Amino acid sequence: MDLALREVRLALLEADVNYKVVKEFVTSLKERAIGAEVLQSLTPGQQVVKIVHEELVKLMGETQSKIVSPERGRSPGAIMLVGLQGSGKTTTAAKLSVYLKKNGSNPLLVAGDVYRPAAIDQLKILGKEAGIPVFSMGKDDPVKIARQALREADQKGNDYLLIDTAGRLHIDEELMGELERIKENVDPLEILLVVDAMTGQDAVNVARSFHERLQLTGIILTKLDGDTRGGAALSVRQVTGCPVKFAAFGEKIEAFEPFFPERMASRILGMGDVLSLIEKAQEVVDQEKSRELEKKLRSQSLTLEDFLDQLQQVKKMGPLENILEMIPGINTMGKGLKNLSLDEKQLDRVEAIIKSMTRDERQQPEIINSSRKRRIALGSGTSVQDINRLLKQFDQMKKMFKQLGALEKGRLRKQKGLFPFK
Amino acid sequence: MLDFFKKGLQKTREALKNRMEDLFVKREITEEFYEELEEILISADVGVETTLKVNAALREKISKGKVKEAEKARILLKELIAEMMGSNEDITLKVPVSSPAVYLLLGVNGVGKTTTAAKMAYSFSQEGKKVLLAAGDTFRAAAIEQLEHWSEAVGAGLIKHQTGGDPSAVIFDAVNAAVSRKVDILLCDTAGRLHTKKNLVEEVKKIYRVIGKVIPDAPHETLLVLDATTGQNGIAQALLFQEAIPLSGIILTKLDGTARGGIVIAIKEMTGLPVKMIGVGEKKEDLHPFDPAGFAEALLV
Ligand SMILES: Nc1nc2c(ncn2[C@@H]2O[C@H](COP(=O)(O)OP(=O)(O)OP(=O)(O)O)[C@@H](O)[C@H]2O)c(=O)[nH]1
Ligand SMILES: [Mg+2]
Repeated sequence: MDLALREVRLALLEADVNYKVVKEFVTSLKERAIGAEVLQSLTPGQQVVKIVHEELVKLMGETQSKIVSPERGRSPGAIMLVGLQGSGKTTTAAKLSVYLKKNGSNPLLVAGDVYRPAAIDQLKILGKEAGIPVFSMGKDDPVKIARQALREADQKGNDYLLIDTAGRLHIDEELMGELERIKENVDPLEILLVVDAMTGQDAVNVARSFHERLQLTGIILTKLDGDTRGGAALSVRQVTGCPVKFAAFGEKIEAFEPFFPERMASRILGMGDVLSLIEKAQEVVDQEKSRELEKKLRSQSLTLEDFLDQLQQVKKMGPLENILEMIPGINTMGKGLKNLSLDEKQLDRVEAIIKSMTRDERQQPEIINSSRKRRIALGSGTSVQDINRLLKQFDQMKKMFKQLGALEKGRLRKQKGLFPFK
Repeated sequence: MLDFFKKGLQKTREALKNRMEDLFVKREITEEFYEELEEILISADVGVETTLKVNAALREKISKGKVKEAEKARILLKELIAEMMGSNEDITLKVPVSSPAVYLLLGVNGVGKTTTAAKMAYSFSQEGKKVLLAAGDTFRAAAIEQLEHWSEAVGAGLIKHQTGGDPSAVIFDAVNAAVSRKVDILLCDTAGRLHTKKNLVEEVKKIYRVIGKVIPDAPHETLLVLDATTGQNGIAQALLFQEAIPLSGIILTKLDGTARGGIVIAIKEMTGLPVKMIGVGEKKEDLHPFDPAGFAEALLV
């Protein structure tokens, strides 16, 4: 048990969770683990992982949070985006505006970064591309700009006002004061701290200072499309108590979505991000089929038929690397698997193999004996080894989903599948 | 630079002063001492593995030197870290004999590449050198305008194409222009890119190759710009970019905040990449040569 806890501590530190946060967390884990009911089916290590995951989810916030709605008939609701230099505020402002618009709102973007060269131009270009109006007054006083923008939004009937602000250090007295004054003037619905997911230990100092000065209402985590484990999310959440509301995972305007705490917990622990993966697949997978698949996943009655189906879906989904990275275990399986670049050819081969199987064989792979294997190999132009490999992978995959199922319990609600294979 | 570090870190320093005095001044060297030291290093983003290494090396020094007082241990530790971070030769930028010096800047999004290019341009101009900037970020909205602003502010020439253009084409033109205009230094800004994006890494490889086509031994420096607030992901950044093209060093930005940038120690351990310069603010003057001793001092606050 102690060994497992040490591993957890290491994993969290390597994920950039703040040292002190880790310390508190491990202490509370220890207490819980000692008092926990022992499940027969799990090894002590697994037990710890299970508890850790549950506790992490609890820490990250169990439910997804939303942007506060502006009150009807009142003046527009302001949302301030604040944070360090280079954390991604401007792009995030544009993304959030598009997100709000998609959900039926009519937001106005406000160019409040008057310090960084060309920041105003940047927001204007992004707004134009996205079809969102941008309010700007050049390099005027940001407090005045915010006030004017509020008036403008009121007149034009915008329900939200998204104020981009200049990046600043949390120890910059003058600029922190400026944010306080903007806040006083626009009485914002939300003040969101934009945090780079690659931030290290200092995330706690940054978040604490911003929170003390401005009483943040939420956090947006950016640059999650890389390979960072994103432990800063946990640190920031811990010191502010604010929910992480959105996650940004790319440079494109659409690369933005509500934040799912349990996924982040898995990512920080290095379990992979099976749920994001599933969500992504959802966009291209036929709804009906996926409902069926969900049942199968839960009951562990997956067949190679389903596998083939998924394979064909995968081809529609685009860059395999992106998808692969989200598969659980890829990170922990280490470089060997990561380096395998998945090309279309390999996919085609797997497809050919499954297509050469009879219906029964696809439903019950157990019946595939060596003479059947030879026949399939011949039919698909592959070798018996190829078939063995596929069957083995399929088997591993089933096991993996089983473990995951145990871990996530009822959480795989909107399950759509996508399978790891080689 | 030491002064700078001191100024920038005054607040944190004050807050932590008592703790440091506790640890280093009034104390003897106990197990607890090492544990607290571990905490300080990990909190500075040095990472667990490298922290353990540093700690082990310090233990050895302490036992060899029969050191008893914590204050002496602190001096040893500072020396150790400064040593790990390299010598003065490591920080000098390579200057070719006959062609313009070509320096390429790359890094993930928002770390300070463009601002650093501007600061470098300013500091070389101050030395009386003729400097040209290349607007290699053709992707991000208003990235060209941003560099354009800086080129005017620091009085350096600029080669640019349009947003959406091919970045290696701009760089190719810029290198040629640098040669024909006989400038001393060409600074190439590039778009922010994550080290995990294959196509974007390919793009920077191409930029690198294109430079070499015009001037065979260029780029003379290929510098990874790294934000001091970066955590353990800095290692992956250095490793993956290094795998794609030969890097020659690191520029560590945003040291004017409270982050101490300890990840560069781990990176140095793993890749040998030295830090050459540091960014300490948003103004054109806010760039300094890296000073290992000053860095070690600030890290141990
Ligand atoms: N405090 C501080 N801010 C810095 C420093 N260097 C850059 N910045 C700020 O960080 C922000 C981003 O800097 P850029 O130079 O635009 O970064 P970049 O890497 O070119 O960004 P992209 O091209 O968008 O990837 C700007 O607001 C800069 O003023 C520094 O040393 N200290
Ligand atoms: Mg830039």
